[in-house]
Order: sequence, then structure tokens, then C-alpha cells
Amino acid sequence: MRVEQISIFLENTGGRIAEVTTILSAASVNIRALSLADTTDFGVLRLIVDDNETAEKVLKENGFSVGKTSVAAVAVEDKPGGLNRILILLAKADINVEYMYALQQNGDHAVMIFRFDNIDDAVKLLDSEGIRVYKASEVASL
Amino acid sequence: MIYDIDFETMPREALEAIQLRRLQSTLENVYAKVPFYQKKFKEAGLVPGDIRSLKDLSLLPFTTKQDLRDNYPYGMFAVPMESVVRIHASSGTTGSPTVVGYTRRDIDTWSNLMARALSAGGATRGDIIHNAYGYGLFTGGLGVHYGAEKLGASVIPVSGGNTKRQIVIMKDFGPTILTATPSYTLHLAEVAKEMGFSLADLNFKFGIFGAEPWSENMRKELEETLGIDAVDIYGLSEVMGPGVAIECHEAKNGLHIFEDHFIPEIIDPITEEILPYGETGELVFTSITKEAFPIIRYRTRDITSLHPEPCICGRTHIRMKRVSGRTDDMLIIRGVNVFPSQIESVLMKSSDTTPHYQLVVDRENNLDTLTVKVEVSETLFADEIRMLQNTEKKISKDIKEYLGVSAKVMLVEPKSIARSEGKAVRVIDNRKR
Ligand SMILES: [Zn+2]
Repeated sequence: MRVEQISIFLENTGGRIAEVTTILSAASVNIRALSLADTTDFGVLRLIVDDNETAEKVLKENGFSVGKTSVAAVAVEDKPGGLNRILILLAKADINVEYMYALQQNGDHAVMIFRFDNIDDAVKLLDSEGIRVYKASEVASL
Repeated sequence: MIYDIDFETMPREALEAIQLRRLQSTLENVYAKVPFYQKKFKEAGLVPGDIRSLKDLSLLPFTTKQDLRDNYPYGMFAVPMESVVRIHASSGTTGSPTVVGYTRRDIDTWSNLMARALSAGGATRGDIIHNAYGYGLFTGGLGVHYGAEKLGASVIPVSGGNTKRQIVIMKDFGPTILTATPSYTLHLAEVAKEMGFSLADLNFKFGIFGAEPWSENMRKELEETLGIDAVDIYGLSEVMGPGVAIECHEAKNGLHIFEDHFIPEIIDPITEEILPYGETGELVFTSITKEAFPIIRYRTRDITSLHPEPCICGRTHIRMKRVSGRTDDMLIIRGVNVFPSQIESVLMKSSDTTPHYQLVVDRENNLDTLTVKVEVSETLFADEIRMLQNTEKKISKDIKEYLGVSAKVMLVEPKSIARSEGKAVRVIDNRKR
């Protein structure tokens, strides 16, 4: 139920994102989702890709610090209150969402990437509430 | 084991009495035999008889590396060449080399002090010492060699280089003590690994490392890689060679200076004021038993501090901290002396390995500002902005706490700090423009 996300430290985000995407495309790595968090001084680029191993290798070769994080890909109903319901569930169970971003649309719902402080408890809770959490293999074939 | 128990555990009062007597006779000698010292003393309005207590040492002028260069090659010798039995020289990476000489008695003294040092580092008569310090003009190889023989240990004079053969010797001859530079030792360990075995599986018990700066983290690495206790040894040819100071393996916490032969002082490298015990500054040495090449208040340019607290090993000689840098690298920021090596120690608290860093000093509105750029290594990296910002804040707080200066810490991308011959450029001082 875990999806591996890679993240990169960027000093000034302007031209560097394009550099990252160029490096990955040259290595035939497909970027499934991308999210940038930044401050005035630096940023962190988070990526879901179809080939983590190659992505990590070529990025390291190009001098980037690459981190790996386990995140969850969660189905969110594409209607008002869909996301809210999930967030309230988590809050009640005292599980923190560190950050989240959209992966893509899949039929009648959106797939979102969540980073939890406790991924195991979060996935268990969502499962028990009938909310779909994608397997890594499912994410790859989305 | 303490090799020279009488002198190494001598009560402070008796030690100081010996120091004063030896200092006074050294001063008489250099005044009479070395024109350089006579001239310097006269310029300061002093004769050797003016030095009546150890405190009076501070009246004497300093001797610098440049003074030694100006008197190249034999101008600082206090004996005629027929009394000199050995010559060493330090490499002259910047400027001409400095040449030092030894009488037969000097060699004997040095051998004794090195025997003391090896003992403090864990060696005994029964040990086999693999000596990988270079033999030649450099004092390392021969210094250790004579000390090992004096101690009665078996010394393998393998010198530096020819790494694969060294490793075969280590395997076949079963040495129990290694004397080498820390960086070459790590290289030896790597090559051994490539050859299919670990140095930790050999007979080594202790390692005595020096001749270059190294860190506590490196101590851990050396001890784990070789399965040993590692101690730091200090010396420089201008003062004698290796064996001026040594860490005892019992405490591994600072190097005992053989004070019955050398008097240490710590000064502020700018004001030249003597600093109290515990404060960090430039190490200054006066030799008090040397015949061929006595040296008075020599400015080593090494940065350290002195600690008089008693040691668990029983030695009464004062301890100096591991040398943390060179005065050449010192910065003055808002009146505070800052050494890049101090920043490095702070950074090491936040990271397993030493990250690459750079200090940028500017002047804004007549105020010095310090920015510390730190490359984000894998260990410093986090995928959450908040955690990265906390890392910046923590480093900044640590710098303020340990160095007393405010610094803006900036995380930067790996390899973004300019390198010069593989080493990061540590300091950019924009105030000089
Ligand atoms: Zn001790």
C-alpha cells in the first residue's frame, strides 16, 4: 500500500526544475506526478516516477541529493466534500498529513498522494472506512 | 604504561622548577651562540638574566616561520656542524623549506620522548610496530623508529607507499601497533578490502596517528575499521618532530605535552596576548633541552587550547586539544576570532559526515555579516520544508552558542560550492575589496 516517492533539494527553483525533467526524460523516466514546495531560499521537488531506480541513479550522477519517502496514493471522490471527509477521518484518529498533492484523475475520482506521519495507521484507517488506497503496482498502471 | 614515571607524573611545583632552570640555560645558550636571538633580545632590551620566572617568558620576542626561512639553512643552529649528527627539513610548499639539526644528545632526547609517546599510545616492549610514516627528510619515519627501538619494541621500517606490499607485510608479520597518517591508514584499509580481507581481522591493538589534522569522527572510523584504540600524536620539526605531545590511550581526550622539554603557550594570533587555560588560540612553543636547534617562543600557527586538569592516566603534564586548524584561516567577525574548523565542528553535530561548507563574510552598513553555506548531503536532506528550515535554525543557534557570532545559515545544493583541486573553497571574504 506504499508508493515510493523521490525528492530532491533545489537551491533556486527557477531553471532547475526544467533541468531535472530534462535529465529524467533523457533517461526515459516517465514523471507521473510532480509537486514543488519552496521558500524564498530553497525548495523541495517531490516526484512520482515509473522507474525509481533509474531516476535516483541519474539524478545522483548529476549531483542532486535524492531522498526517498513512502507515501500513499488515495482515491478521493471527485465531488464537494470528498477530500474533506478523508481529512476529518484522519484528524479524528490523530494522524497528521505532512503534505499532499494530486496524482491524476481516474474515472469518477481523483488520485492524491498523501504523506502521513504514520503511514501504517493511516492506510489501515482508510481501508476500514472503505476508501481505496492504491498499491504501487496499480499506480504504475494508472 | 608510563615510560618515564618520574618525569611524566612529577608534581607541578617540581616540574616548574625544572622548567625554569632549563629555560634559563637555554636562553643563555642561544644568546651566546645564535646571532638571530641575540639581536632580537637586544631589540627588546633584554638579556637572558632578565628572565627570573616562567612568567617572564612572555617578555621574550616570538620566532616565526619566516625567521627560520630568513636564516636558511643553518643560521639558527646553536652548535658547530661537527656536533650535528642529523639534519631534517620540512617541506617548502610555500617558500623555502626550513632546516633543523640534532646533536647526538638531541637524538637521544627525541628517542626517549618518542618512547614515552609510544607507551602512552599503548605500545610495550613486546609489541611489533608497523611504521608507515615516511622515512627521509620528514621527521615522522625516523622519529617513530628511534622511539620504538628505545622502547625495545620490534619496529618494521616500512615507510610510506607501496600499499599492496605493506598489506602483505601486515598480514604475514603480525604487527600489533600501527603508526601512520590517518588518511593513509584509511587508504590501506580500502586496498586491503579490495584484496579480500579486513584490517580488523589482523593483530592490531593500537594506532598512533598524526602528521595531519584529523577529527573525532575519523577516530571512530579508524577504530572500527582496524579494531583498535586510536590516539593522536603531535609534533613539528621546528620544535623537534613527532613526540612533542601525545594522547594517552586511557583517556583519549587531549594530548599531554612533554613539559619537562617544551613550554607551551596559547596566544591571540592578532594581539599576541597570552590567553588563559581553556581558551582557543595559536600554540607557541619554547624548547628547553635542545642543543643544536633550540627555539624560543615559536609560533606554530596551529590552533588549539591548553587544559591543566588532572588526567586519569596519572600523567601530570598539561594537555592540548586536538589541533583544529591553522591561524592562516582565521577570520575576525565583529571582533570575534572565528576559525573555519570551529564551524566544521558545529556542522559535524548535525551530520554524520562533514558536509561541504563555505563561509561568506560581507560588510553591510559597517557591520560584518557571516553567511554559512552548507551543502545538503543525503544525511541533511529531508523532504519537508519545515525540517530543512529547522536544520538551518539549529546550525545557526549552535554557531551562536559555541562561537559567539550570529550567522545566517543557507542550505545549498550538493557540489554547488566552488572546489579548488577537489577541496571546497572554505572562505570568501568580500570585505577586502
Ligand atoms: Zn592522560
